[in-house]
Amino acid sequence: MSDAKAGAGPVIELQGVHKWYGEFHVLRDINLQVQKGEKVVVCGPSGSGKSTMIRCINRLEEHQQGRIVVAGIELTSDLKNIEAIRREVGMVFQQFNLFPHLTVLQNLTLAPIWVRKLPKKEAEETARYYLERVRIPDQADKYPGQLSGGQQQRVAIARSLCMKPEIMLFDEPTSALDPEMIKEVLDVMTGLAEEGMTMVCVTHEMGFARTVADMMVFMDRGEVIERAPPKDFFSSPKSERTRSFLSQILAH
Amino acid sequence: MADIAQDIPIAAQAPPARTTGVLGWLRANLFNGVFNSILTLLCLALLAFAIPPVIRWALIDAIWSAPSGQQCHGAGACWAFIAEKARFILFGFFPAGETWRPATVVGIFLVMILIACNRRSWGRRLAVVWVVGLLAVFALMRGGALGLTPVETAMWSGLPLTLILAVVAMLLGFPLGVLLALGRRSRLPAVRAICIGYIELVRGVPLITVLFMASLMLPLFLPSGMTVDKLIRAQVAFILFAGAYLAEVVRGGLQAIPKGQTEAADTLGLSYWQRTRLIVLPQALTMVIPPLVNTFIGMFKDTSLVLIISLFDLLSCAETALTDANWPGFYIEAYVFVGLIYWSFCFFMSRYSQVLEREFNRGKRR
Amino acid sequence: MAGEGASLGATPSRPAPWRDPKIRGIAYQVAFVAIVVGFAAFVVHNTLVNIGRQNIALGFGFLHREAAFGIGESLIDYSPADTYARAFLVGLVNTLHVAALGVVLATILGTLMGLARLSSNWLVGKLAQIYVETFRNIPLALQLFFWWGLLTKLAPGPRQAWQILPDVFVSNRGISFPVPVASPAYKWVALAFVVGVVLTVAMRRWARRRQMATGVQFPAGWAALGLLAGLPALAFVASGVPLALDAPALKGFNFSGGSTMSPEFAALLLGLVVYTGTFIAEIVRAGILAVSWGQSEAALALGLKSGQRMRLVVLPQALRVIIPPMTSQYLNLTKNSSLAVIIGFPDLVSIANTTINQTGQAIEGIAMIMAVYLVISLTISLAMNLYNRTVALVER
Repeated sequence: MSDAKAGAGPVIELQGVHKWYGEFHVLRDINLQVQKGEKVVVCGPSGSGKSTMIRCINRLEEHQQGRIVVAGIELTSDLKNIEAIRREVGMVFQQFNLFPHLTVLQNLTLAPIWVRKLPKKEAEETARYYLERVRIPDQADKYPGQLSGGQQQRVAIARSLCMKPEIMLFDEPTSALDPEMIKEVLDVMTGLAEEGMTMVCVTHEMGFARTVADMMVFMDRGEVIERAPPKDFFSSPKSERTRSFLSQILAH
Repeated sequence: MADIAQDIPIAAQAPPARTTGVLGWLRANLFNGVFNSILTLLCLALLAFAIPPVIRWALIDAIWSAPSGQQCHGAGACWAFIAEKARFILFGFFPAGETWRPATVVGIFLVMILIACNRRSWGRRLAVVWVVGLLAVFALMRGGALGLTPVETAMWSGLPLTLILAVVAMLLGFPLGVLLALGRRSRLPAVRAICIGYIELVRGVPLITVLFMASLMLPLFLPSGMTVDKLIRAQVAFILFAGAYLAEVVRGGLQAIPKGQTEAADTLGLSYWQRTRLIVLPQALTMVIPPLVNTFIGMFKDTSLVLIISLFDLLSCAETALTDANWPGFYIEAYVFVGLIYWSFCFFMSRYSQVLEREFNRGKRR
Repeated sequence: MAGEGASLGATPSRPAPWRDPKIRGIAYQVAFVAIVVGFAAFVVHNTLVNIGRQNIALGFGFLHREAAFGIGESLIDYSPADTYARAFLVGLVNTLHVAALGVVLATILGTLMGLARLSSNWLVGKLAQIYVETFRNIPLALQLFFWWGLLTKLAPGPRQAWQILPDVFVSNRGISFPVPVASPAYKWVALAFVVGVVLTVAMRRWARRRQMATGVQFPAGWAALGLLAGLPALAFVASGVPLALDAPALKGFNFSGGSTMSPEFAALLLGLVVYTGTFIAEIVRAGILAVSWGQSEAALALGLKSGQRMRLVVLPQALRVIIPPMTSQYLNLTKNSSLAVIIGFPDLVSIANTTINQTGQAIEGIAMIMAVYLVISLTISLAMNLYNRTVALVER
């Protein structure tokens, strides 16, 4: 599982990335490489900078120092690069962020039509295909407000997939969900992983991490503390901070 | 206690007599406690004091027809004055033979507003209806085509003028307001500063000064030799004024859009204008429809100020009607008549905005 | 900027200028400012050309010339021989006078009506609602004409004046009402009131501190009432109860004695108060309704008495909702006082209007009005923002 696709370089590469909010140093010398097809799960206590880090990968947040290269494109303030990277990187948010004034189908076809410039018919075909994939083909004409949280999150995943991204970022995708809905979202994510999608997930779902992740990353106070394959990470964490975090999160 | 189980259902019983029925209602709503009872009696006394004279004046002692003002002075209202002057108050100086034209214009406006109030009609077709309607309005007022006698804008007066000023100010002030609101939230400091400056300047001064400016200073601002119709000058003033107020209304809607919406749009690769047009504005503008209706009510009332730059709207026409030496002194009648027109319109619109607001609040998801 | 300077090894490299958002932003701004400045220059140029043609001297020199027009009423000395500057000052004082009185009275009327709408008494609620919905939906200009028509055209001459209250007369010369005869006693009463205010503040501090320290509550409300009303009353009695009123009395064809409000001022004040009162009533009502029922229930559950509940829980939260819209109503009232011009009350706008008509100095006149209103608006906003901040802190 952990064998990186030979020959290809990393699709995401962060080198010495720093970021400050005013005086507050949120990201401290982050170094991270993600190979094509690799699944990385990022965990850590709240306020550790894990969300900020993945939001830097598609430039929702600007890093102030260091290099970020995604799909061979360096993330600078160059608008063309930002556009190119956003086309290649999909993102799923904790709060779903579906567009409430559009139907599910319109949510899915919006970006393909306006950004990829696909004909409407083609965009709708793709959209229906992905709705099928996330197992809600019959909800296409409903509004997001009429769906359950789990369904909304699956629509959000499908919306990202419609742009045919190379990389998917997940920012705590199950944290806003009721317990009984978490599984349906994780199932979709697992399916996606099995098909070889490159994924970076911030999540506290350690069961999911164990089965899916190729690499675990533990962050605390803006730093990457530990990076290891899940087997080692869960059985023999090297750092004290990792250990105490794991004991807290796995205690119940 | 725990082992008592209630198996036999208790039949519903009538409530204690004192809490329902007319007496119960009176007790609960008018005479609950000494203080409220005194208040109720005071209010009743006030009503008994005020209502009979008003009814006597307006109905019993009123004169409904009279050949001239001299024969119309009695103890009650002179509604004959209104009968005599209604056409002038409503349509002003528009040629008397062509009264059907401004009357139709008022009808078109009312129909268009009623259609717009129906939520199911919102959409592209409504825009078409309005464009066609407004073209018809201007064709009817202006004449000069289709065999209609041309009527210059100085003759446009009364209720049609009031409606045109208010409606056009809203329609053209709206895009201006949206742009100003977006500018005020722009990340570019120079754009933001200019927009804030404009909005605060216009909102900080009375409408009268904006109208003075349009009538006295606009001619100075234009290249010499270029003149602009007085009506257009006033209309421009109203548009600029409405723009600043609408900007603040729209800004309220923009601020209410969660940050996640723009982030999701960014993530999907939408550009600023795509994001604004497809994601932000549709949500923000729907949210602010009730306050937009309220702004419209305000504009409608504010058009009554054009009398200071001698345009003849509904109110100025009433004032002019009062100067007729044959019908002197029927102030109250004139003001009641005009007041009722303004009132019915504003009351209807404000009720409508309240209903919308309640619906929106109920329909709010998440 | 310096922080992300070149010394750092792996700083993101700079893209081509036309794809750099920073440079784009600057370009957009330069273009926008250029358009605005260009338009302004066009307007200024045209204005200068037009003014040159009309032989109007631009500038404020005209302010020192003799105004040569009379002003109906003024709180400061004025005669037509005074300058335009003095005339402007008269207008400004008149505007401030009517606005200040209007704000106070509209707040009182509006608050009463807002509370009345929430009354459990159905009749009171309905009457207040009728008031609000009637006067809110009729243009202020129309209301001003109505009151003015009532006071000047329909009110009888002084000989048949309507007596609406003892010694208060309404005639086409205005509203005449009694004022107390000047007496040194009033100085003492005023002084006693000031002392009362100071003592109340001190007493409340002391009571609050003692309550915090020992838990013993002090009947601060009653004590404050005693200090604020009792002390002046005591001073009044001690100086011999000078109840003499200077009442208006009919002398010949007019009233003499007492004080008289001109019909224009009365109509303007009445119109502004009645109109703005409707908006304030709605704001007060909405503010109190905005404090969720849960808050009241929580206070009840904690065993607070209804007065405490209102004072400690509901009001601080309601005020925070009420103050911003209230501020804009005060501003509206002040701006609306400019409608004085339509009924001939000599406010700032009406005097500026006369001045412009006489001198042709439209730009200067309008600039002065705008400047004055902007200063008033900014001052009121500033004051209310400061007050709002203290209220917000109280809540925390």
